[in-house]
Amino acid sequence: MKKIIQAKINGILLRVEEGTTILEAAKRVQIKIPTLCKHPDLPPSASCGICIVKNKGSHKMLRSCCTPLEEGMDIITHDPEIVEIRRTVIELILSNHPNDCLKCARNNECELQKLTADFGIKEESFPQFLRDLPIDRSTKAVDLDPKKCILCGRCVHVCQELQDVWALSFLERGMKTRISPAGDIQLADSPCVRCGQCSAHCPTGAFVEQDHTAQAWKALQDPDKYCVVQIAPAVRVSIGEAFGYTGKNFTKKLYALLRRLGFNAVFDTSFAADVTIMEEASEFEDRLLHGRRPLPLITTCCPSWVDFMEKFYTDMIDHFSSCKSPHEILGVLSKTYYAEKNKIDPSKIFMVSIMPCTSKKYEITRNDEMFASGYQDIDTVLCTRELVRMIKQAGIDFDSLPDEECDSILGEYAGSGVIFGATGGVMEAALRTAHYFVTGKELKKVEFENVRGLKGVKETEIEIGAKKLKIAVAHGLGNVEYILNKVREAKNNGKEMPYHFIEVMACPGGCVGGGGQPYMVTDELRIKRAQALYQDDDQKQVRCSHQNPYIKRLYKEFLGKPLGEKSEKLLHVHYKARPVYVK
Amino acid sequence: MYTKVILVKDTDLKREDKTREFYTHLLDYLRGSNLHSQIQVVRVADIGVYDKGLVIKILPDKIIYCNVQDSDIKRIVDSTLDQGKIIEDLVFKLKAKQHRLVLRNCGKINPESIEEYIACGGYLGLKKVLGELGQQKLIEEIKLSGIRGRGGAGYPTWMKWNFAREAASTEKFVICNADEGDPGAYMDRSILEGDPHSVVEGLIIAAFAIGAPKGYFYIRAEYPLAVERIHKAIKQAYDFGLLGQNILGSSFNLDIEIRLGAGAFVCGEETALISSIEGKRGTPHPRPPYPSVKGLWGKPTVINNVETLANIPVIISNGGKWFSQIGTQASKGTKVFAVTGKVKNSGLVEIAMGATLREIVMDICGGTLSGKPIKAVQTGGPSGGVIPEALLDTPVDYENLQKLGSIMGSGGMIVMDEDDCMVDIPKFYLGFCVEESCGKCAPCRIGGFQMLGYLKKISEGKGVADDLGQLRRLSLAMQKASLCGLGQTASNPVLSTLKYFEHEYNEHILNKRCPAGKCSNLVTYEIVEDKCKRCGLCVINCPVQAISGGKEEGYLIAQEKCIKCGRCFDVCKFKAISKK
Repeated sequence: MKKIIQAKINGILLRVEEGTTILEAAKRVQIKIPTLCKHPDLPPSASCGICIVKNKGSHKMLRSCCTPLEEGMDIITHDPEIVEIRRTVIELILSNHPNDCLKCARNNECELQKLTADFGIKEESFPQFLRDLPIDRSTKAVDLDPKKCILCGRCVHVCQELQDVWALSFLERGMKTRISPAGDIQLADSPCVRCGQCSAHCPTGAFVEQDHTAQAWKALQDPDKYCVVQIAPAVRVSIGEAFGYTGKNFTKKLYALLRRLGFNAVFDTSFAADVTIMEEASEFEDRLLHGRRPLPLITTCCPSWVDFMEKFYTDMIDHFSSCKSPHEILGVLSKTYYAEKNKIDPSKIFMVSIMPCTSKKYEITRNDEMFASGYQDIDTVLCTRELVRMIKQAGIDFDSLPDEECDSILGEYAGSGVIFGATGGVMEAALRTAHYFVTGKELKKVEFENVRGLKGVKETEIEIGAKKLKIAVAHGLGNVEYILNKVREAKNNGKEMPYHFIEVMACPGGCVGGGGQPYMVTDELRIKRAQALYQDDDQKQVRCSHQNPYIKRLYKEFLGKPLGEKSEKLLHVHYKARPVYVK
Repeated sequence: MYTKVILVKDTDLKREDKTREFYTHLLDYLRGSNLHSQIQVVRVADIGVYDKGLVIKILPDKIIYCNVQDSDIKRIVDSTLDQGKIIEDLVFKLKAKQHRLVLRNCGKINPESIEEYIACGGYLGLKKVLGELGQQKLIEEIKLSGIRGRGGAGYPTWMKWNFAREAASTEKFVICNADEGDPGAYMDRSILEGDPHSVVEGLIIAAFAIGAPKGYFYIRAEYPLAVERIHKAIKQAYDFGLLGQNILGSSFNLDIEIRLGAGAFVCGEETALISSIEGKRGTPHPRPPYPSVKGLWGKPTVINNVETLANIPVIISNGGKWFSQIGTQASKGTKVFAVTGKVKNSGLVEIAMGATLREIVMDICGGTLSGKPIKAVQTGGPSGGVIPEALLDTPVDYENLQKLGSIMGSGGMIVMDEDDCMVDIPKFYLGFCVEESCGKCAPCRIGGFQMLGYLKKISEGKGVADDLGQLRRLSLAMQKASLCGLGQTASNPVLSTLKYFEHEYNEHILNKRCPAGKCSNLVTYEIVEDKCKRCGLCVINCPVQAISGGKEEGYLIAQEKCIKCGRCFDVCKFKAISKK
């Protein structure tokens, strides 16, 4: 047990565990010390200098974000001098930041803007100095505007430590310091996997998702287009945050909303997730029982993860499920199955995916296999944050929207489909169906609690019939190395594989913590979002993908059987090694 | 063949140069003696001693006689040159004695010879530590000595060592911080080049004190000779069993490696230095945890400056008590300063703590070269402050310098006379810090840049009264909100000049005048009619044809054309150009 220490903050005596920072300790006595560079996901970088406090008797000021409270300290968090210094520092940051808030993607959601307002700063105290640096739009997913960067270092830490991608680093020094891929190349030529965690963590508008709302609006206003939309599982439980709700599932409101926006058909990616499970579970069954391709099988729903593997773990290509990500499956089914059934010209279908993700923006034109319907299967990807803007632009009162149902034949989903949005969800869904495929029997209890939750790497053993299966789930690319190194070692030494089945999601928490989700996500929020998904699953009559009557119908009417010829052509892809740095 | 050389120079600038006269007389006398063929007499332009009348230097004996008269020629030749006797009343003596502890061997021994170092008592300290003292007593001895870190902050060395010793870890590290980077400072370099083994010995002792099996020298790559000497010293130490396994037959093992710094000033800061050794970008990290608890690769690490380590062997050899008798109450031992600027004898000076600035500048270094009064002395490099002439009687120690708004720093000392502008000086230092800021933290990165902007504005004559308030406000924010020492102290040169020379700032701002004539935008050059001999040299030399007129009507400088380069002022032989 940790030692308890006693100290004072603003005259209030408190006892906290040794090692608690002054910032954290102050919160416990209802004192909010302003911060800018600190993010709850990350260790303090101590770069902004706004959270300074005094310790009585010392002439130095301390950064409360990274200084532990010590026995007998007598901390002052607010006095005229401290406030004045904080104000000066904010004004300094503003002097090196374009004051174009009105035109900025982060307007009203910018942490620097909020702090400026809190301090009542109304004029420029210091001469403005900006460097003429170009905006990097190369990734087609996330844009970097270095002029707006305040060098808090969150993105660098996220990219290097949390995601282990190392696309971002600091370049040069002093006033010339900036964020860029090493070697001053474009992001698209760097190891960047477009997970967008940089944009989800950026306090300002330096990293923002590439805005595709204009494309969506244009299509919606085009009488010649038949607009189809799908929403990803994770969007329904996070969208409410923009309207003051946390951990609430808004699936049915979203269906209504999307119709109001003008979409002709509203589908649900969770349905496509059920298709993914049919294919992936069949693949697993095939590998487990017939061994035509090696185990462990690794999930591929996450395009950032696929990109990461193609760059860093090319020796794992054989282990990758060839199944497309769910939204791509829904795209191709809309422009084939749905179009045929409803006699719609697929060339007129404009397919929009509402995703928690920035990477999917890039995925839709990744290679020829994303044109399996004969057209670009998905025309535009909007992330949750973009949808929020569209709702506001459309003048729709979100709060009082009625509940509506989604459109038939690509909408009704099983419980398995919706838990895709949380880490471990794909694994759980796949196991439910794989159990049936392998044993021919339904599970009595469909929940696999061991794969749920925010532990970075979740390893467990389950039984399918007589077989004991070892499985692993990782989320946050920084957690991949541990798992794949074990696989690699076994492969290289001809030993028994440590796992049968692996799920990886690039973003911490899985898609609920996606790079395109509402800002200021914390683990607490990730858990709430995930819980709302599990609740949805819980309340569903049909819990397993293979039981979904619409899925049965789809295979009967159109696809034939999982891994059949048509499935292979439309729903499966190939992988290849890609260079980490593009020359 | 010549066996001796006599250098001659009249160092009295106030009278007509008598070098040639004395030289002739000396040659005449020599011709009459039997030494004529063995002695060469050379008139030199500079003899390294100033304001001491006629000075001669006899080589290779390095005897310097000053205030020599014609009448002394006979006894110099007869007794010194012929019989090798030194004439006491002529010998050049320094008024205040330096106290050479750290520089004890520099210039005396061959730095590439471990034998010579050992012959001077080298590695006896290590032997004593390994043989008699042991860890506990060693740290007690260092505590008794009262030595504090010579890198600048003055943290008690024994405390650093003790924290690291008490830290529970099998892996620990010691690092010698040889990333000396203050402009004009070269104490550490001289020690590394002149007496590398003293630092190596110090580092071995430090490693033993905390129980570290691994040590590093972090030396900037711009010091190639220092790197080479340390490299050789380490190799010799291995050969002599002073490094490696079972050092001097004990159970203590230590390996030392050299890491080169790429020359970033901020890498002299402990946490940035650690990052640099780890192969990361050299930026500081928040403390605590302090390196002595969690340092290199997360292990307890002691980082000591070169000069601190060079002190350790003598402290051990002579005892902590002996060392504590040198210096003042709170600052023990000596300090090496690199004195530069407008001083006559620039160079390294080692004094016992407590000597006054005036003793250093006037007595040891001989005052200003120009003969003009001293205006101020700058200590502590870019993190230090400016101390005005009136306060030069302050004894040098950590606390006193801090009270004056400066710091001890690593030991740079720059002497300034009337020609130095007190807006220009902080501008230079701040410019250095702005250039060297790692860019990590906002107060330092942007604050320094904005402050520099105000200083530039003032020195260009565009300052307004409010600028001083802005400078003070920015200084405070930088001091209190910056992450590391670089940012926290970068405003010191500005604050100390504002404290002692605010009137000079006001001259620039209110009267658009630079009293020292340094800020070119605020200087006006004019031709003084009655001194001008109409030679026309200024016209020829003016790069922008700003001077018009002729031999008949005289010359005139067109102010709107003048670019204030000062060329006319420099070339005029009749002082007929005024600079205001």
